[in-house]
Amino acid sequence: MDLGLSHYLAVSAALFTIGVVGIFVNRKNIIVILMAIELILLSVNLNLVAFSVFNGTITGQIFAMLVLTVAAAEAAVGLAVLVVYFRNRGDISVESVDLMKG
Amino acid sequence: MAVYAFYLIALVVLVSALSVIMARNPVHSVLWLILAFFSSAGLLVLIGAEFLAMLLVVVYVGAVAVLFLFVVMMLDVDFVELKQGTLRYWPFAVLVGVIFAAEIVLATVFGTTTNASTFDASPGAATNTEAIGKVMYTQYLLLFQMAGIILLVAMIGAIVLTLRHRPETKRQNIAKQTSRRRSDAVELKDPTPGQGI
Repeated sequence: MDLGLSHYLAVSAALFTIGVVGIFVNRKNIIVILMAIELILLSVNLNLVAFSVFNGTITGQIFAMLVLTVAAAEAAVGLAVLVVYFRNRGDISVESVDLMKG
Repeated sequence: MAVYAFYLIALVVLVSALSVIMARNPVHSVLWLILAFFSSAGLLVLIGAEFLAMLLVVVYVGAVAVLFLFVVMMLDVDFVELKQGTLRYWPFAVLVGVIFAAEIVLATVFGTTTNASTFDASPGAATNTEAIGKVMYTQYLLLFQMAGIILLVAMIGAIVLTLRHRPETKRQNIAKQTSRRRSDAVELKDPTPGQGI
């Protein structure tokens, strides 16, 4: 059996699902939520590259690079927000972010 | 032969991804994340997307994962307390995961399929990197520039967010230094001998 597109789509789908489950399982720990988001973006990248390679066009790989850029920017800004929040509040529990609740 | 390598690496990717979300210690989560990124790069190498694979190693492992590691180790958080009560989220999380997986499978099975047969990602170019370079700086120049702007905005944003001026730390004030005159700094005295100032 040759290596085909469906192999990559299966791995990517499983990775995406693991990422989504990870967001819900670690609802209190925002660092792990950010890591789960990185996993989701990684699965998107795998999909883009797999389609790009198996359809014979390079465009998908360009888009994967853009997704990589956005993922890096998101991690940097998200972690900066996290650091500032920790400095102000002393903990990073997601459930304590309810200051604006009426 | 490549398909066995694929199964092996894919297994590593999925196991390490599961470990990312299950690990008790977030430091372990980051290390598993690094393994997941690394083996995903291996998956990309298998289908000839070498440039993206190397980019994944450089950007994700070299920058993003290390950033995560820094933050996890810098913040003094009681992670055991954060971990408490996560057991009751599991049924809901599994439900959401099953729904997502079912949707993806349905979309894949019943969606229209393209005839994905060609294995050559870059006709007319010698290497994968060359093929990407040929279109990125011509056809997708605007997207490339916008990616740079996104990175610049993220960099400035991260610096602005985390920068703080502490009043107690001493800083160099270059304008004050260069505008200093001799009359501000030196005072000449002419003490009479034997009396002092």
